[in-house]
Amino acid sequence: MSENLTSGLGRRRFLLSSLGIGAGAALTACTSNAPAGGPPAASAPVAGGAGANSEPGEQVTIGFSAPAADHGWIAAIANNAQAQADQYPDVTFSPVNPTNDIAQQIAAVQTLINQRVNALVILPNDGSQLTSVGRQAMEAGIPVINLDRIFDSPLAYRTWIGGDNYGMGVSAGNYIGQRLRDAGVANPVIGEIAGIDNLPLTQQRSQGFADALQTYGFAVGPRQAADFTAQGGQRVTANLLQAAPQLDAVWNHDDDQGIGVLAAIQQAGRSEFFMVGGAGSANAMRAIQEDNTVLKATVTYSPSMASSAVSVARLVAQGRGLSDFAEREVPASITLASATITKENVGEYLPLGFES
Amino acid sequence: MSDRTPVSPPTPTGAHGPELSKTGAPAADEHQRVERAAREAGGDSAAGRLLDSGAGRNLGLVAVMVLLGVVGAVTAGERFLSVPNLLTVLTQASIIGVITVGVTFVIIGGGIDLSVGKVMALSSVWATTVATQAYGPLVMVLCALLVGAGAGLVNGLLIAYGRIVPFIVTLAMLISAQGLAEQISGRRSQIVTDPTIAGIATTRLLGIPLLIYIFAVVVALGWVLLNRTTFGRRTFAIGGNSEAARLAGLNVRRHTAALYVLSGLCCGIAAIMIASLTTTGSSTHGTLYELDAIAAVIIGGTLLTGGRGTLIGSILGVLVFTTITNLFVLNNLATEVQNIAKGAIIVVAVLIQARARRADP
Repeated sequence: MSENLTSGLGRRRFLLSSLGIGAGAALTACTSNAPAGGPPAASAPVAGGAGANSEPGEQVTIGFSAPAADHGWIAAIANNAQAQADQYPDVTFSPVNPTNDIAQQIAAVQTLINQRVNALVILPNDGSQLTSVGRQAMEAGIPVINLDRIFDSPLAYRTWIGGDNYGMGVSAGNYIGQRLRDAGVANPVIGEIAGIDNLPLTQQRSQGFADALQTYGFAVGPRQAADFTAQGGQRVTANLLQAAPQLDAVWNHDDDQGIGVLAAIQQAGRSEFFMVGGAGSANAMRAIQEDNTVLKATVTYSPSMASSAVSVARLVAQGRGLSDFAEREVPASITLASATITKENVGEYLPLGFES
Repeated sequence: MSDRTPVSPPTPTGAHGPELSKTGAPAADEHQRVERAAREAGGDSAAGRLLDSGAGRNLGLVAVMVLLGVVGAVTAGERFLSVPNLLTVLTQASIIGVITVGVTFVIIGGGIDLSVGKVMALSSVWATTVATQAYGPLVMVLCALLVGAGAGLVNGLLIAYGRIVPFIVTLAMLISAQGLAEQISGRRSQIVTDPTIAGIATTRLLGIPLLIYIFAVVVALGWVLLNRTTFGRRTFAIGGNSEAARLAGLNVRRHTAALYVLSGLCCGIAAIMIASLTTTGSSTHGTLYELDAIAAVIIGGTLLTGGRGTLIGSILGVLVFTTITNLFVLNNLATEVQNIAKGAIIVVAVLIQARARRADP
């Protein structure tokens, strides 16, 4: 009797544990993200070389430090820098482990300084807090290419290259203003879904947007900040759509959170307005191309700037200038323009889109 | 529904008898007696007694809801009271609500689960990889549930059999689940291409979104499990006094582990819901959900130390927070003010709770 009981228990345990192991094996098989026979992932954008500057020069080592990716945009920054460096036979690319910790990034840059690299490309976690280490590099004779988030002092970088947040807002405002004026809409309701309000970049984008709309005599109506995530975009938009029963246009600052924004719009069954995105992800561009959602345009803040930064770092390290400029040196500051991508020109920009 | 205190520890107040006062009590005892008398006097009023009972605390939350409703009707009018807006509030509450059901069980059972938000994120990522999506919607749902329950099982085993404090174990799970979710997804948002899963959020039955039905079913099942089964009664017993429960012959360890599995399972259900609602699986999902869920449970009248609480209170707590968010967006106010309001509500709710605990022997 008791033997029966124990053997029954043993069988039950055996069945349970084999079930557990089987489930574990099946789950492990589910972690792959390799597309099965799908289209290959888009290649990273690289700056093509032409003229004398494309000729191999002296061998240089370029150090690279950026935050750890928690967003498609940052992931694209690192990929693009690597892809650009791979283009040059005369460049040794030396990236350090990405981190979101200020102290660790300072330590990483100091390691690169000690390695005596020929040029540094730095996208700081926080421009102010990495200014001193940028100065250290410059004082050690290593030119620093400051990518996007700007240092406090020009002494800390040789060249700054980055996007134009204010200009991004202006581009979005101009597109929306022009389109509404062409349609003859009087007193339009224009919504805005921002990123994180504490960030200067969000404030600049919103300022540019408001200023551009003002030139058309329009103003921003309902405005809410999400948090650059799909979840935040969905939550804020679902509520905002209830706040505004009738909208004419919406600007969403970020295409990554835009996935959630579009989901909320679809779930609410709304289509009386058009939407403009921001940053320029491949997803958003495909949606614009297919033209079956409210998303009609996006204004770029392209991570292709990392490709350009590596290209500029090489020229600076080799003592060359930009070929179409009269000056012999690379400029001290390069602000990239924010392009407006619509259905008409999306084909040209699709290779620059980043996978979110 | 009422609070259950099956294993109530002996109350110190009963030890002091009236004989002390006979023998010319010192000043300190005099003070105590005055206080006790004042408390008894206060408890005599019907309103005071109602407020102190479990149902009263729920009634308090209902009053807060009504107040929010009035504020909404005054400031936003029809936009607030319209059916589509109320459905939006319920839809937004559904995901955090399902998670809160699991957290309520864990907290009543005397534990805490900080990992819920990121376990949900991990499940959503795992269920939306290219490989999983290739197997179809059924496997995606199964995968999310298994990953959630599996993470809960790891929590439960470490806490119940490994004897590590729940705070530490679930904090560690929060961090590693986030890491694993980032690793699997490559820190990207994985788009849900499966039309069935994506369709959950857009499907409506009788005009009500499917997500709200899922929410309602989970709450109903949770309520029955907590209030009408032995499992629920054991949960109250173990949370109230686990040593007494052990001496009474309950398998405290196995039951504790089961509570965390239940919490993980709720995260798995929530993962499918959020994947559908946002059309993505992402490691950024569920950030700070653990705090939202715990806050809802606490203002719902559940003791953070366990042993007492109600599921309906927790759900009301979730609805209060979701309604506040909705009101602020309807009035086009910034999020900072909203967070201040949330904080104030938590403090007030806990003050009421502390008052109730003092009055209840």
